[in-house]
Amino acid sequence: MRAFEDFKVGEIIEFTPLAVTAADIKSFAARFDPQPMHLDEAASQNTIVDGLTASGLHIVCMHMRLFADGILRDSTSMGSPGVEEIRYLAPVRPGDSLTLRVEIAGARPSKSRPEMGLVNFRSHMINGDNKPVLEMAATLMFGRRAAMGGSEVAI
Amino acid sequence: MYFEDLRVGTRTEVGSHTFTADEIKAFAREFDPQPFHLDEEAAARSHFGALCASGWHTAAVCLRHIVLARQHQQAELRRRGEPVARTGPSPGLRDLKWPRPVYVGDTIAFAQEIVELRTLASRPDVGLRVARLTGTNQRGELVYSVLSSTFIERRIRHLDGAQT
Repeated sequence: MRAFEDFKVGEIIEFTPLAVTAADIKSFAARFDPQPMHLDEAASQNTIVDGLTASGLHIVCMHMRLFADGILRDSTSMGSPGVEEIRYLAPVRPGDSLTLRVEIAGARPSKSRPEMGLVNFRSHMINGDNKPVLEMAATLMFGRRAAMGGSEVAI
Repeated sequence: MYFEDLRVGTRTEVGSHTFTADEIKAFAREFDPQPFHLDEEAAARSHFGALCASGWHTAAVCLRHIVLARQHQQAELRRRGEPVARTGPSPGLRDLKWPRPVYVGDTIAFAQEIVELRTLASRPDVGLRVARLTGTNQRGELVYSVLSSTFIERRIRHLDGAQT
């Protein structure tokens, strides 16, 4: 299990690619971003970006899923206070395969809460043509080994 | 209504939503499978103390309310025979904060306020609207805040008409 101390600045973490389907795009859009360009191939022809494209927030949520599976599920994650910046760099379309690469940009113990530390991540997501589609700078909180139970410290 | 019709400071209340345990867990299973979003007992043992929504779930519900409010406004404009500007895509978000968790049963009221309007030398057909989106719980505490940028169509064909 990764605790705060296991995140080394400069480390780069690679993730398993994620395939995006038209059904995924429409399902997210129907629930959270019901605009024509995310819902319907025909209706999306007369929008600023032509053709069915994923909601930006859907791309972010797919990023979250990759991040959770690749790092957070086996960590001392305590959630996130926020995200500095998200840039949508290219549309995501059905059939795209998204590959995530995350760099650990910073790590510091919390001054006010000694049981945790803050880790800064920089995410780069590319599509199958190696074109960047998403960049994100986010901060997450992780429990420190010193604050964990005795048996876990020994592991 | 085009980019030129927007005003900095315009604030719109876009609706509210009460988060249930079932939908918090369903969203988490799909997009944010961490114990404190998935399971009451695991959440009780975490520093959150109780089951709480993924921050992206709050962001997604806010987006739904923003989109529906805009579509409602656009339908009104069409009904009155007024032009409706095309919007999107968004170049991104910044300064996103989740100051407090959203717990089961919390009712979050969402609002949007225009904070910046910028024309773009590179894109004469659209302007950039920056809005602060917020979510506030039933105790008046801020739980979500983000600066969201969106391209909005300019009244360019009207300008062209005036110039000829």
